[in-house]
Amino acid sequence: MKKQNNKQDQPLTSILKCRDVLVKFGDFTALDRFSFGMADKEIHFLIGPNGAGKTTFLDVLCGLTKMSDGSITFQKNYSIDDKKEFEIARKGIGRKFQAPSIFPHLTVQENLEVAMKQEKGVFSMLRAKMTKKQKEKIDRQLEIIGLAGKRDILAGGLSHGQKQWLEIGMVMMQEPELLLLDEPIAGMTEEEEEKTGSLLRELKQDCSLIVVEHDMDFVREYAEKVTVMHEGTLLSEGTMEEIQQNDKVREVYLGSKGADAHA
Amino acid sequence: MEGIISQLFNGISLGSILLLIALGLAITFGLMNVINMAHGELIMIGAYATYVVQSLFIDYLPESMFNWYFILAVPAAFLTAALIGWLLEWTVIRHLYGRPLDSLLATFGAGLILQQAARSIFGAPNVGVQSPALLSGAVEIFSISFPKSRIFIILLVTACVLFMFYYFYKTSNGRRIRAVMQNRDMASSVGISTRQVDSTTFALGAGFAGIAGMALTLIGPIGPTLGTAYIIDAFMVVVVGGVGMLLGTVIAALGIGVFNTGFEYFTNASMGRVLLFAVIILFLQWRPNGLFNLSTRKLD
Amino acid sequence: MGLSKWIGTKQGIFIVLLVLLAVLPLILNDFHTNLLGRYLAFAILVIGLDLVWGYTGILSLGHGIFFGLGAYIMAIYVTTESSGGALPDFMMWSGMTELPFLWELLSNPVAAILLGILLPMAIASLLGFFTFRNRIKGVYFTILTQALVLVTVTLIVSQQRYTGGSDGLSGLSTMFGFSLSSPQTQLFLYFLTLVVLAAVFYFCFKLVNSRFGKVLIAIRDGENRLRFSGYNTAYYKMVVFTLSAGIAGLAGMLYVLQIRIITPTMIDIIPSIEMALWVAIGGRGTLLGPIFGAILANVGTTFFSENYPELWTYFIGLVFIVVIVFLPGGLMSIGNKLKRKRRGSDHEEAEQQAGSAADKHS
Repeated sequence: MKKQNNKQDQPLTSILKCRDVLVKFGDFTALDRFSFGMADKEIHFLIGPNGAGKTTFLDVLCGLTKMSDGSITFQKNYSIDDKKEFEIARKGIGRKFQAPSIFPHLTVQENLEVAMKQEKGVFSMLRAKMTKKQKEKIDRQLEIIGLAGKRDILAGGLSHGQKQWLEIGMVMMQEPELLLLDEPIAGMTEEEEEKTGSLLRELKQDCSLIVVEHDMDFVREYAEKVTVMHEGTLLSEGTMEEIQQNDKVREVYLGSKGADAHA
Repeated sequence: MEGIISQLFNGISLGSILLLIALGLAITFGLMNVINMAHGELIMIGAYATYVVQSLFIDYLPESMFNWYFILAVPAAFLTAALIGWLLEWTVIRHLYGRPLDSLLATFGAGLILQQAARSIFGAPNVGVQSPALLSGAVEIFSISFPKSRIFIILLVTACVLFMFYYFYKTSNGRRIRAVMQNRDMASSVGISTRQVDSTTFALGAGFAGIAGMALTLIGPIGPTLGTAYIIDAFMVVVVGGVGMLLGTVIAALGIGVFNTGFEYFTNASMGRVLLFAVIILFLQWRPNGLFNLSTRKLD
Repeated sequence: MGLSKWIGTKQGIFIVLLVLLAVLPLILNDFHTNLLGRYLAFAILVIGLDLVWGYTGILSLGHGIFFGLGAYIMAIYVTTESSGGALPDFMMWSGMTELPFLWELLSNPVAAILLGILLPMAIASLLGFFTFRNRIKGVYFTILTQALVLVTVTLIVSQQRYTGGSDGLSGLSTMFGFSLSSPQTQLFLYFLTLVVLAAVFYFCFKLVNSRFGKVLIAIRDGENRLRFSGYNTAYYKMVVFTLSAGIAGLAGMLYVLQIRIITPTMIDIIPSIEMALWVAIGGRGTLLGPIFGAILANVGTTFFSENYPELWTYFIGLVFIVVIVFLPGGLMSIGNKLKRKRRGSDHEEAEQQAGSAADKHS
């Protein structure tokens, strides 16, 4: 609560600035001079038809895909342009993938243990011992994602939904400053959706979030700010109400079928 | 000048042999992601098939016909190797799709069995295949001599490459193969029998190994371990060329051939190998996925 | 934990195995003890190989070379000591008049023992550095390790005046003044190998059960995912590959002292692949399984290949296929299955996948 009050008092500090990001796959332009910015501790949703470049944008932010042109600045002056994935991750950008990607032959607890924020160099890892503090952190996380009873089970044996939760738990253990979530509620039941939603609100206390999502009800419920993407460019940005009033957005979503052909 | 030209010719000649071997690998490894270590043994089978055809000609046909044995040897080598390849796919490899490293080890085992079989049938010592008179001797151009057998191999390889391009990019069978290799589930849901495509594609790759074996009989004697001498170089060709692109394989094979003979010319055979290995490692710093590679948006 | 339960754990089985191996020389004759000692050297090697392949998912088919470098370096030292500073025969035949620099250096036992471990490590880290950081595909790496074998063996064969060429080095008679052909020395070497085996197993067991070990498994399961958790996976792979090469070099040194000859064919492509087979037979990613795999496979090779060489090649070929295709978890998975039957555990599926997991992300 305290943090939210602060926000109203001071001007928002920026956590991410992207300028003219260009990504090409062969002849196909996935991101066409896309510019984007967001404030600290904000939940920002990315929506748009398939092939609009949403996932590509997340890929660029976490270092999976390299830009052909443009610049991205994280926090005050950390340029991610030429950084490797692990460097970006250590700096504080966490990524949850669309398909759950966990380590199936480690137990649930070990998955969290590996993901946890810590010195991740070879020699620190060789010496690493489970401290009491770390143990508590993992226990707490297991409670949050509802897998405390399954801590010693190999993660490969979890159900689809549980794997999604585990991966969310893993990125949370990284204690990121900026968290990228790709369709976090895909394939979840309504109850699980709600639980994820309240988790997002909780996460917002500590970090900023960019969420790619197709479920408009979910977006309406949890978004503070929404960016609509179309064919690799920014179509519109604003609150959900503003977006819904926007003619261009309506055209892309409802009007032309042409947009989907590019998917 | 003459030295350079004949070195270049030697390089292209070696490159064309590597290419002929790598063509089959480009199919099985490049398209199907199977590392077939028994590819060398399929080459050996093609070579022995040629040997058998020749023996039949010597035993049953008048001597005047002998020159033409190698015309028949090409399809014979292709079909024998393709058949064994098909069997190999059916018994071993179909269990191993998506497990490339495991396919390497299992096919290595299959290779051991095939080698031993050749030893049991034809004996361990090498046997010689006599070149037809048509292909012995050399052509002299500006006082540089080009062995006819080498020229024949270069022509044979050119024909094979053209056939492959035509088959994969212009025929419906080829399109079907590419469809399955690019998106197995999608291809299967539009009604392509992926099982059948897998086995025929693999047999095709094996057949090319057979032709390579036929070509090797023109160069020297053949034995049960004939293929092992070439197999790793041929894999290097595919690594350097990049997966899934025929053009890359062609360029890589010729490049490795020319570099190899060049290095050997300036140093010696073993130092040449060391240098070539170093160059390939350095090349991979620049192009980790080989000369050609489609860039896609995928986690894995 | 009760004793009967503890014996069922990996440490328990290993201790029982050690005790068994320690008393076997009482029963076996000198010749068989010596043979078993060589297999134990292979067992040391496969523990390291399992670390890279079974745990980290990197298949190296170049371990014959790392093993061979250790063996050659040790052989060079012993040759210089045995000949008392005189030139070995093959050098005189190729017209050399004095020991080459490398031999001079390796005539110092400390230098030889250090280099026998450090040289394989240096080569492994060099190859690892140039391949892992570029994310060269797993299968490409495997092929490159094979090329490394090919290149090194060609080099050894061609540098006849320094290496003995294809005949290799065979004048290994005395070390530190002890005759290598005496049964007492060989018995000592047997126990030395056994102690090293125990130490290497203990070290690797600690390693895979540490957090570092969990990171290795995570690399195998999903290297890409792990990068996004902030791990420089290329560095991890380089470290574990280098470590494994050092273990192979150590094993090679112990091996050559017991067989007293080293030739290029002993470290060529085929032996290098067979080493991977031993790991697969025993069970990838178990540390313990490969030890059994190495011992059993070599017992088989020794006793059947001499009497039925033809049949044996067919058989080994078949073992490759059967183990890889139908028993990816190796012997250890049979043991686990039996245990599970008794207990009726429920995450059978996840465990079954463990064997072939090493190959998933290549």
